[in-house]
Amino acid sequence: MAEGLLKEGIVAGRLPPEAYAENFGDLHPPLDHHEALVESDRCYFCYDAPCMQACPTTIDIPMFIRQIGNGNPLGAAKTIFDQNILGGMCARVCPTETLCEEACVREAAEGKPVQIGRLQRYATDTAMARNRQFYERPAPTGRKIAVVGAGPAGLACAHRLAMHGHDVVVFEVREKSGGLNEYGIAAYKTVDGFAQAEVDYVTAIGGIRIENGKALGRDFSLADLTAEYDAVFLGAGLGGVNALRAEGEDADGVANAVDFIETLRQADDLAALPVGRRVVVIGGGMTAIDAAVQSKLLGAEEVTICYRRGQEHMNASDYEQDLAAANGVAIRHWLQPKKVIAEGGRVAAIELEYTALRDGRLAGTGEMLRIEADQVFKAIGQSFDAAPLNGSGNSIAMENGKIRVDAEGRTSLAKVWAGGDCVADGREDLTVSAVAAGRDAAESIHRALSA
Amino acid sequence: MADIRNNFLGIRSPNPFWLASAPPTDKEYNVVRAFKAGWGGVVWKTLGEAGPPIVNVNGPRYGAIWGADRRLLGLNNIELITDRPLEVNLREMKQVKRDWPDRALIASIMVPCEEAAWKAILPLVEETGADGIELNFGCPHGMSERGMGSAVGQVPEYIEMVARWCKQNTRMPVIVKLTPNITDIRYPARAAKKGGADAVSLINTISSITSVDLDDFSPEPSIDGKGSHGGYCGPAVKPIALNMVAEIARDPETRGLPISGIGGVTNWRDAAEFMALGAGNVQVCTAAMTYGFKIVQEMIEGLKNWMDEKGHATLDDIIGRATPNVTDWQYLNLNYVAKAHIDQEACIKCGRCYIACEDTSHQAITSMVDGVRHFEVMEDECVGCNLCVNVCPVESCITLVPLAAGTMDERTKKKVSPTYANWTTHPNNPMAKARVAELAE
Repeated sequence: MAEGLLKEGIVAGRLPPEAYAENFGDLHPPLDHHEALVESDRCYFCYDAPCMQACPTTIDIPMFIRQIGNGNPLGAAKTIFDQNILGGMCARVCPTETLCEEACVREAAEGKPVQIGRLQRYATDTAMARNRQFYERPAPTGRKIAVVGAGPAGLACAHRLAMHGHDVVVFEVREKSGGLNEYGIAAYKTVDGFAQAEVDYVTAIGGIRIENGKALGRDFSLADLTAEYDAVFLGAGLGGVNALRAEGEDADGVANAVDFIETLRQADDLAALPVGRRVVVIGGGMTAIDAAVQSKLLGAEEVTICYRRGQEHMNASDYEQDLAAANGVAIRHWLQPKKVIAEGGRVAAIELEYTALRDGRLAGTGEMLRIEADQVFKAIGQSFDAAPLNGSGNSIAMENGKIRVDAEGRTSLAKVWAGGDCVADGREDLTVSAVAAGRDAAESIHRALSA
Repeated sequence: MADIRNNFLGIRSPNPFWLASAPPTDKEYNVVRAFKAGWGGVVWKTLGEAGPPIVNVNGPRYGAIWGADRRLLGLNNIELITDRPLEVNLREMKQVKRDWPDRALIASIMVPCEEAAWKAILPLVEETGADGIELNFGCPHGMSERGMGSAVGQVPEYIEMVARWCKQNTRMPVIVKLTPNITDIRYPARAAKKGGADAVSLINTISSITSVDLDDFSPEPSIDGKGSHGGYCGPAVKPIALNMVAEIARDPETRGLPISGIGGVTNWRDAAEFMALGAGNVQVCTAAMTYGFKIVQEMIEGLKNWMDEKGHATLDDIIGRATPNVTDWQYLNLNYVAKAHIDQEACIKCGRCYIACEDTSHQAITSMVDGVRHFEVMEDECVGCNLCVNVCPVESCITLVPLAAGTMDERTKKKVSPTYANWTTHPNNPMAKARVAELAE
């Protein structure tokens, strides 16, 4: 046992140096050529395929799999990119077990769906490794569109606009582009700098300029954009993190899970990244799982996810929950945080109250549980920070704390579209949904500009 | 327990599974391994006349096609007959027959189409103690260019002539191995019988090019950028072989002529099918070349198990049992009406039945019912063609269900007739009308 494992507090270097590369290696290694052929052969090429209907971007899955099976992975990649230019990332991070692979008829037949995600990665990796571009930018239309946010929605929107010959300027508050792909997803899902490689691949079409370090509400206002550009697409994501509403949550050692994940993703040396010996993660979604599993992989001895409702209510997929369990993370249900107990200003434990559903409403039972912890991560959801918009002089209609849009992604403001996590459009907060929203908004913008 | 001992032309073997004349039977070493594994007999790889040994190519001899997971479905070869000296083969055959007296050992022979050549080799073979000879009139590649193999098998007169020479010059049973590279297999079979042959074996391999290399445009297998057609065998050829066996078995001119069935036999079921259509035993090659000799154990046990379950005591109880059921199209019962039925519990909703029927057949399957994905046969459109059954990936999910006599066929709006009626008497058949007129006169 590495001696770092038992150190109290939040410390770095819990594991032997060589352990980090192995722990944070590719979660699903890519299929090799033969594996891809065998797997592609399992696809039945269904009529009006259920997998395709289940894909938020409606990729023609049977077709791309048939192309792989017939030795045409580049054609397969084009089939994917036609619908989803971020098909490479989606192949890695999509919860396929609740989307295409859940709908796969072989899931119904034998509980073993075609591995669509891994086949998609095989095709897109092949195209990207050969730096094969499928889309040529037509003659410039002279139209200029501003995109706010270089995450999945913004990139998908920008690429589709560029395909129509428009000029796009993307304003991104962070140093790097990619949004959650770069900052918000567990490292083992997207290794070897894939997020940046994908940004380069997408923008290689031309006509897209990304300005990093430019913040809406600080460096420019929405009114500036609507004045200067023919159209604006808001793909700003969620900037706020929900509070625990537990006593003492400002103690040292209590952090946002998204910040932890971001720090980990940007770390050059994981051995230098501190983590607690006993970690508690509050939440029940993908972010909670990503934070918990990565804490464990960094060498935390005990990692516990506490979720205030039951297993069946968790936003994290069954697959993600199994992944956490397989990595030694304990998931406890029906517990809500009440108090962070600090010693000397540092978190020492967390006190939680058991919960139950009473008449359909969640309520504390009064029974308490104390879990020792030297690090607590909050992963109870993110919120849209509307301040930068509101301060811009425009008044944009909101819905449930997010931007209201119609079916095409149009906001209440003329010339302004929006998509991705920052809107209330009924889509799930997934990379693939953001791609679909960005793409569809781009088509809507193009139609509007062509009218 | 079923008795699967085989008696073919008086040649006895413990089971009906022989290895066909091919690379697996080229020398003592392989044959002994085969006998140890349990094979009932072997047809030794084809012997040529004495003299300078046969020369083979030094590049690939085989090409193939594959199914899922590189399962080998068809194999093609351009290897010639044995390239070992005749005396070595004869010496080894004699030794093997002495060591394994209960197994069948047949010598395959291919020498030039001259009586002297056959007269010269037959006594040498007889001296080994071989149980019989098989005349290789089948190989379509290489040797055929020199007037042997399929070049003989494609000319019924030559078959008859050589068979006669052999019968006149040896006491050994004579089996004529037929090439499928002809238009009607009955003609060469009749010729073999006319020449006095004791049996025929079929099929030999089918002339074939397995694929083309799309980088250098060379046919496969490629020898320095060029290819020559090879002989095709393996599971892919089985349906062709079954039909040819049945054609000979039911031809009035050759009925009763013993047949050794060859062509894609891979398991006990294939063997049982060949025998049911009239083969007295089977010969296997590609399956052994794919998986090794051990497969014979599955064949033996599988055949016995099936025979026990069905109450067949000996091979004679199954040989030829399906032959009377092979008929001409004109005698098929046109009053037999069947409709496809989809088991909704088993259906996984892939929709392949729907799109096959919709795009390419009779538009007789639904894809959506009340807004829900649902595949169901419309009996008023279904002609019972069986395509949906064949494309369905789930076994027994779609079945063809015969309509009982007296029930309504919703497509024709006619009640199903209880009587048998075929094309020969069908009102739409001009010949039938002529015959009716003829009878009236």
